[in-house]
Amino acid sequence: MSGLGVVFNLFLSSSRLQKKRAVLTIASIAWGSVSLLLLLAFGQGLREQLSVANRGMGSGIAVLWASETTKTWQGLPAGRSLHFLPEDALLLRERVPLLDGAIGEFATWGTNFTYGKRTVNARLIGTEVAYGDLRNHVPLPGGRFLNDQDVALRRRVIFLGDELAHDVFGDVDPVGKQMLINSMPYTVVGVLEKRLQMGAYGGPDKNHAVIPITTFQAQIGQEYLGNIVIRAADPKMMKTALDEVRKVIAAKYGFDPDDDRAVRSWDTVEGQRIMRNILLGIQGFLGIIGGLTLMIGGVGVANIMYATVKERTREIGVKMALGARPAWITGPLVLEGLAYTVFGGLLGLLFSMAIIIALGFVPTDGNEALQFLGKPTLSPAVGAISAAILGAIGLLAAYFPARRAASIDPAQTLRYE
Amino acid sequence: MSVTLERPREQITDVITMSRITKVYDTGKIRVEALKGIDLRIRSGEFVAIVGPSGSGKSTLMNLIGCLDTPTGGTYLLRDKEVAGLDKNELAKIRNERVGFVFQNFNLLPQITAFENVEMPLLFGGIPRKERKERAHELLAKVGLADRMEHRPTELSGGQMQRVALARALAMNPDIVLADEPTGNLDTSSGGDVMSLFEELWKQGRTMIVITHDAALARRAGRIVEIKDGTIVSDRTT
Repeated sequence: MSGLGVVFNLFLSSSRLQKKRAVLTIASIAWGSVSLLLLLAFGQGLREQLSVANRGMGSGIAVLWASETTKTWQGLPAGRSLHFLPEDALLLRERVPLLDGAIGEFATWGTNFTYGKRTVNARLIGTEVAYGDLRNHVPLPGGRFLNDQDVALRRRVIFLGDELAHDVFGDVDPVGKQMLINSMPYTVVGVLEKRLQMGAYGGPDKNHAVIPITTFQAQIGQEYLGNIVIRAADPKMMKTALDEVRKVIAAKYGFDPDDDRAVRSWDTVEGQRIMRNILLGIQGFLGIIGGLTLMIGGVGVANIMYATVKERTREIGVKMALGARPAWITGPLVLEGLAYTVFGGLLGLLFSMAIIIALGFVPTDGNEALQFLGKPTLSPAVGAISAAILGAIGLLAAYFPARRAASIDPAQTLRYE
Repeated sequence: MSVTLERPREQITDVITMSRITKVYDTGKIRVEALKGIDLRIRSGEFVAIVGPSGSGKSTLMNLIGCLDTPTGGTYLLRDKEVAGLDKNELAKIRNERVGFVFQNFNLLPQITAFENVEMPLLFGGIPRKERKERAHELLAKVGLADRMEHRPTELSGGQMQRVALARALAMNPDIVLADEPTGNLDTSSGGDVMSLFEELWKQGRTMIVITHDAALARRAGRIVEIKDGTIVSDRTT
């Protein structure tokens, strides 16, 4: 028979003892595992939710505003106001190949939205078709975003933010209905699908409405764009793309291309990268807290193992006298410690899964805190990290007591009571 | 490995050859010379009683004979094997195969049955399961406990426990049976039974070494070695 077989036989013959203590130890490990798993799962859920919310406004985009020059340039003074024209978006599309989208956005505040007897005041956007893709304007089933015909024919059609739609129409389905925008009739073609949105300029998308850029020019009659939204084909190239964009605009309007205050930009790619790292940090922090809690369970295991070794000192001495090798003494002890840990860990995993499944039934709609926190997620990575921490703690908790057991001198223990 | 119950009488050879054995316990502050040069030869088939007052060094000598400890100086041959300088695993193997221990306080494992106690050294010796069971069975029957195999030590009398311990000591068919005050915790009649068993084993050709205060037990031995202050002061055959 192999040495391993001996160890296993011994483990089986010694582990039927001390049920109550074993149960308590396993419970402490289970408790620690639940803490670790839940904290990591909440961290994971928060990360995923925030990441979704972060991309709510659109993925890999940047927003540009025309501002004022702050540097003199070729005889021109600083402090000149800049404004974007609708054709500037086209210019960028043609001249900056790093971009896979650049669209102008007219905006006006204080537009009256009327349906029946209800009038709501909100923001109106006039823009191009690609806006739907760049700015993640996904229509609810049954509706659509603006299309090329709408723009070409200057149709009076409107796409509503979900909250605005509810404010104006109540429980009525707005799609296909006629409504008044500043007393002019429009047809609702679609409503924005509900989504989490973290970043916004001018207000959350759910509270605005979008009409074709051509209609906007004809009806509202603004000359200058509110801003231009661009998207880099490769998000990693966003910084370079922004530099290119600045050069093109600077050349057209005559300002120093290094004057980065003349055209302000909001690079969401960079923001999302920073956010991702912050969230990873938060999850790591939660993991450390969970790991520390689990470590208390590990101390419990070590404690019980030390007690076991102390209690079994004579037994260990006897076994040594009968010819047990040190490894045959430590082996079963390590197995016992690991068994507590593994069993406690599995119990903790089951319990955590139950809690997470139960949390899935808690309604989160309309509560932003719950929307972010109420979605704990057990990913494979979370499982692997937890298992690694648990295994390491279990091994450490069993190793030191086992080492003490191996150092027992049989000659000392056998003679005296 | 094949294990037979009866050790056949073989030609007389030296089982234990100790020369100039010393043992010093040095705790850093205190230095105790427990054995100061022991020369001892025990031949196979002898029944030796080692006697001496407390603190004389006889326990230390027993630990060395039983390979529970290694000497500080000198040489110790257990049959043909030099014991000094062996590592823990090699010592464990020697204890398992060559030494059968019997203790004053029995030292049976309380949570397992008499049968499993006897099986324990066989498990350490790597004896296959079937052979293990047969051998443990045979041994317990031999010490008169065929009907007590599934009892735990706490359900046995002192005399019965010591007989289980003896069966366990014989399990691996060792070169020597080493008993430390085997009758010390027994009443006169159980003590007598155990002594008779010892004698019987000796007559079958076992090498028996007993450390004892018990004059009655010592008298049954064929040879009495007396220790005092870490040296052998007398060695006589009875």
